[in-house]
Amino acid sequence: MMQLSQDLIQRHQDLIEALGAETLKAMLQEMHLIRAFEERAEQLYMQGKVHGTMHLSIGQEATAVGAANAMQEGDYLLNHHRGHGHCLAWGSDPNRMMAEFMGKETGYCRGRGGSMHIADIESNNLGANGIVAGGLPIAVGVGLSIKMRRTSQVCLVIFGDGAANEGAFHEALNMASIWRLPIVFLCENNQYAMSMPVQQAFNIENISQRAAAYGLPGVTVDGNDVLAVYAAVSEAAARARRGEGATLVEAKTYRYKGHSKSDKQVYRSREEVRFWQENRDPIMRFSQLLLTAGLISEAEAAQMRERAVAIIDAAVAFSEASPEPDVADIMSGVYA
Amino acid sequence: MPELRELTYAEALRECLRQLMEEDERVFLIGEDIGVYGGAFGVTAGLIEQFGPERVIDTPISEAGIAGACIGAALTGMRPIGEIQFMDFVTLSMEQLVLQAAKVRFMFGGKASVPMVLRMPSGSGTGAAAQHSESLENWFVHVPGLKVVMPSTPYDAKGLLRAAVLDDNPVIFVEHKLLYKTKGHVPEAPYIVPLGQSKVVREGSHLTVVATSVMVGRALQAAEQLAEEGIELEVIDPRTLKPLDDAPIIESVKKTGRALVVHEAVEMGGFGGEVVARIAASEAFDYLEAPIRRLAGLDIPIPYNRRLEYHAVPQVESIVREARKLVRGEY
Ligand SMILES: Cc1ncc(C[n+]2csc(CCOP(=O)(O)OP(=O)(O)O)c2C)c(N)n1
Ligand SMILES: [Mg+2]
Repeated sequence: MMQLSQDLIQRHQDLIEALGAETLKAMLQEMHLIRAFEERAEQLYMQGKVHGTMHLSIGQEATAVGAANAMQEGDYLLNHHRGHGHCLAWGSDPNRMMAEFMGKETGYCRGRGGSMHIADIESNNLGANGIVAGGLPIAVGVGLSIKMRRTSQVCLVIFGDGAANEGAFHEALNMASIWRLPIVFLCENNQYAMSMPVQQAFNIENISQRAAAYGLPGVTVDGNDVLAVYAAVSEAAARARRGEGATLVEAKTYRYKGHSKSDKQVYRSREEVRFWQENRDPIMRFSQLLLTAGLISEAEAAQMRERAVAIIDAAVAFSEASPEPDVADIMSGVYA
Repeated sequence: MPELRELTYAEALRECLRQLMEEDERVFLIGEDIGVYGGAFGVTAGLIEQFGPERVIDTPISEAGIAGACIGAALTGMRPIGEIQFMDFVTLSMEQLVLQAAKVRFMFGGKASVPMVLRMPSGSGTGAAAQHSESLENWFVHVPGLKVVMPSTPYDAKGLLRAAVLDDNPVIFVEHKLLYKTKGHVPEAPYIVPLGQSKVVREGSHLTVVATSVMVGRALQAAEQLAEEGIELEVIDPRTLKPLDDAPIIESVKKTGRALVVHEAVEMGGFGGEVVARIAASEAFDYLEAPIRRLAGLDIPIPYNRRLEYHAVPQVESIVREARKLVRGEY
């Protein structure tokens, strides 16, 4: 771990200097917040306090935080089903997210959407999606609109490895390319689409190779290295803002938990999961990096976890005290 | 008498799949996570172990591809059974199903056939929210060339699936998430429940209730409650929406003089409208003592919140209320 930190510090030297201690610490804090949110979400589910399903992003925090921090105020986010982390990193309010997860009227979607559909339209977070690759064609429309309105916004669309095998992925990348749209396509490759390993679903080494087929740049980065994700997404966003069009960024990461609530995980070994947890954990790596670089103290690092848990405790308390939607109001909200 | 063997709806489907695959090498399964995962609802559990990955094919997330693969294989001598993980995702297969599977036989002068089955779970009640709770069966009913099946019991699930696979046409086989764990008598030996046969599942004299899928059970529960008040419902399960066997429905309405159609899908443009129209246009018209009514899903996407979700579709209480009104003339 020590050696790895040294290597990472060396690799990201410029970035570390440019971002500065405060931003780096805030990023680590966000990663803790995501993990605490996800752990509590799972617990609430086990306690029977929420129904439906959820897709946890534990182990993938670096991708969410790296990507969201690389975007600017006013940019757009299109998210997918495993999207709690992306929302939190985008700056969503944990209270309103948790309330949505618990189906309360105070939730971002008034309890109508739930875990898979959290959106915060006011902050240009255009929502998570229950449909694999559902956000990609929408990103084309957002990109087109940015171009037509002549703003300097960029659209970040996040999807999984599984989504790259839907037709929508291919249509969207091609349209984004021919029209030079300001889009960052971020493929969060966590090695599996439900039970399907990427080795079985693709006959290529990296999903980013597909960009070439559409005349777009494609890059693959270590998705558990928050600074590597930050660097790649920043560059892609800058390129988009310069009017040079879209980029496909692939972040290789790993999901620790099952696909959703009812996954016995027979398609992978415990050893494999443990390997990632013990050797590549994004939070552990980034804390270690900041410690080694002398940017935080042991005490500060420890406090971050506690602070995150406290924020989530408050979010649960807020949600539990919040009212349920009124059944009399059931027909509302379908039409404008 | 030996005790009747009971299976769950999911087990009944699995047994049918296994028997078909053992009998006929041309039968194979294709879909997302149907191999070692066993399918999102466990229907295909254990089949890859028995038949191997060549006949239980896990696909990438490519619903148009799954539908098309079924069509192409069916056109060339195989008997594919595809699985769409949630009925919602069949929206991504629609072109292949509606414009290809349904039409090739007719367009090619009756010379080609597409003997495929596409299984998919519909319905709400699991908290899966708006994009995982659809009941889209009537979309397919509207397409010439497709057949649409919707079993409500383990017995029918097994027999109808066998009939669907043996049929030489593309069949949309609509299961229900809430039914997978329900139990009922299922004989072990293979049998067929023919497509296009409605079933009177409860006899009664006051009101004919035509219900589909999960609503059959709810209608039967409502009937039990109303029986205590002296109201007797006759419950009919069409089982196959297309082709629709309307004769038993019309016969029943001639007897009861009243009809209520219950389904989970949204009322407007739903299957209930077809049933109501058939009754109204039939000789049962002269026997009607009350307006024909529908009870169906509200005209909203399925909400996530548990209470809202519950109220979005017919429940036992709402069937009881509506049936009582019709019988008592309080409409
Ligand atoms: C069109 C469509 N097909 C299938 C599903 C069911 N499903 C939900 S998530 C998922 C796996 C997605 O894998 P990936 O894109 O890699 O994202 P991950 O879950 O790994 O984050 C599947 C099959 C769906 N929601 N939408
Ligand atoms: Mg994945």
